[in-house]
Amino acid sequence: MTTAMAVAEAVRSGKRSAREVVDEALAAVAAGDGEYHAFLSLLPDEARAEADAVDAAVAAGGDPGPLAGVPVALKDNLCTRGAVTTCGSKILEGWRPPYDATVVEALRRAGAIALGKTNMDEFAMGSSTENSAFGPTRNPRDTGKVPGGSSGGSAAAVAAGFTPLALGSDTGGSIRQPAALCGVVGMKPTYGRVSRYGLVAFASSLDQIGPFATTVEDAALLFDVLAGYDPLDSTSLPSQAEPALAQVHDGVEGIRVGLCRDLVDGCAPDVVARVQEAADALAGAGAKVEEVSVPEFGYGLSAYYLIAPAEASSNLARYDGVRYGLRVDAEDVAAMNTATRTAGFGAEVKRRIMLGTYALSAGYYDAYYGQAQRVRTLVMQAFDRAYESYDVLLGATAPTTAFDVGAKVDDPLAMYMNDVCTIPSNLSGHPAVSVPFGTGAGGLPVGVQVLAPALQEALLFRVAQVVEAGAPS
Amino acid sequence: MTDLSREDVVHVARLARLDLSDEEVELFTAQLRTVLDHAADVASLDLSHLEPSSHPIALRNVLRADEPRPSLDRDEVLAVAPAVEDHRFRVPRIGGEAT
Repeated sequence: MTTAMAVAEAVRSGKRSAREVVDEALAAVAAGDGEYHAFLSLLPDEARAEADAVDAAVAAGGDPGPLAGVPVALKDNLCTRGAVTTCGSKILEGWRPPYDATVVEALRRAGAIALGKTNMDEFAMGSSTENSAFGPTRNPRDTGKVPGGSSGGSAAAVAAGFTPLALGSDTGGSIRQPAALCGVVGMKPTYGRVSRYGLVAFASSLDQIGPFATTVEDAALLFDVLAGYDPLDSTSLPSQAEPALAQVHDGVEGIRVGLCRDLVDGCAPDVVARVQEAADALAGAGAKVEEVSVPEFGYGLSAYYLIAPAEASSNLARYDGVRYGLRVDAEDVAAMNTATRTAGFGAEVKRRIMLGTYALSAGYYDAYYGQAQRVRTLVMQAFDRAYESYDVLLGATAPTTAFDVGAKVDDPLAMYMNDVCTIPSNLSGHPAVSVPFGTGAGGLPVGVQVLAPALQEALLFRVAQVVEAGAPS
Repeated sequence: MTDLSREDVVHVARLARLDLSDEEVELFTAQLRTVLDHAADVASLDLSHLEPSSHPIALRNVLRADEPRPSLDRDEVLAVAPAVEDHRFRVPRIGGEAT
């Protein structure tokens, strides 16, 4: 597997053509993706045209950008102008957005090539990619296992070696958890750091776009391309992001690491053992590692599964059969809305809409939604206290390695438990990354999670790089 | 334990414009009870001293000059709509008597 750094270097120096890189990637998907179903659709014509433009820029002596000729897989909730964007849902089957997401434009400006759109749990609601209306994705490390979710297609595309990079979205762990289960790097930036214009909304106070890669260095490279202010996203942060790639090899000498018991205890023994080894690797590299307890994180799951469905129930009200997507005709508008939504949404999406509508309804608003928002404050304050003593926190990404396809589809609460270690960073809006660290039972990958305060992505990647360097090969 | 009833589920489905079969009502009632029972751990906390947070960052209103700017092309937007008439979204009748 070639890294994005190596591909871009070869393309920029003229050693390889972007066209050759893209043709190879398309051939690899055609040969291998029947087994995994990482992609929902490919963009062969667009990708080849963009590759030819990169090659023309190189031939003319221009700089095609830091990701020159690098194929990137896009989660199918990122809008691509004129190219089908489904969100893994029947209600958007065949929908071609009239505009590009800001991150898609940023990739193009950097010379990257959008290769195709990846499979996902419908509207990003799930932790296994089994909730896709177009069939599940399989884990490339073991096709009997799920790849995690909801960005399972993006994680699988990178794990299978189809593309060195991919984009996902992370509302409760939907980048980090599949990264852990597939053995790749997956990172959620600070809320507001990366524009969400053109990301189909799930839970707007939690959603964030971020990178998948095979190395921490590649993830930092992609993060630097994505980060920045965007006037089209009202939650975009106006401050400049600190470049992450330039500092990624600066090490952890003197960095205070809090090994967070609440993000480790309760996980499977093989996961606990790998996190401890990662902590030892950081200590060996000069970090000051101590154990810390943040018991408030334990309330995160309940708060999240009230807040996210509440926001989703509001965001998904737009799928009414009027302006885009599916319409099932009926005699009046209300009946048409109901017929369209009933036919277009899958079971998990309906469940979350129901849960959110109930949590927001008269008589229950304070007890559920209001209380969950107070828990959110509690979690944010707990983070602030922890970061008075520590520069970063360390824990597991997911409580177990990849589980069997079909094992949790009938038990929503068991599925939700996958997100228990990733949710706190979504509630607080802080950045966090999952780094592959050896394997657990059955030779399946284990992910170790590094968490940092808001806007500390450069530090986050530095620590992640040392974890990666210390991982058993 | 939550007091979520079958009737609550039917009512909420109507609010959300979803038509559930009897089997789905049964299933969702049981599943939503499980999730809400789990949420009892936060429902029972005394957090009256804390302000609710709706967002991870402090949001402020941002104002700009009210000047016309290009927006999405109308024909491109209407091209992906389910039904269009006279450059508008066409929908079935809205309430009242059929004409």
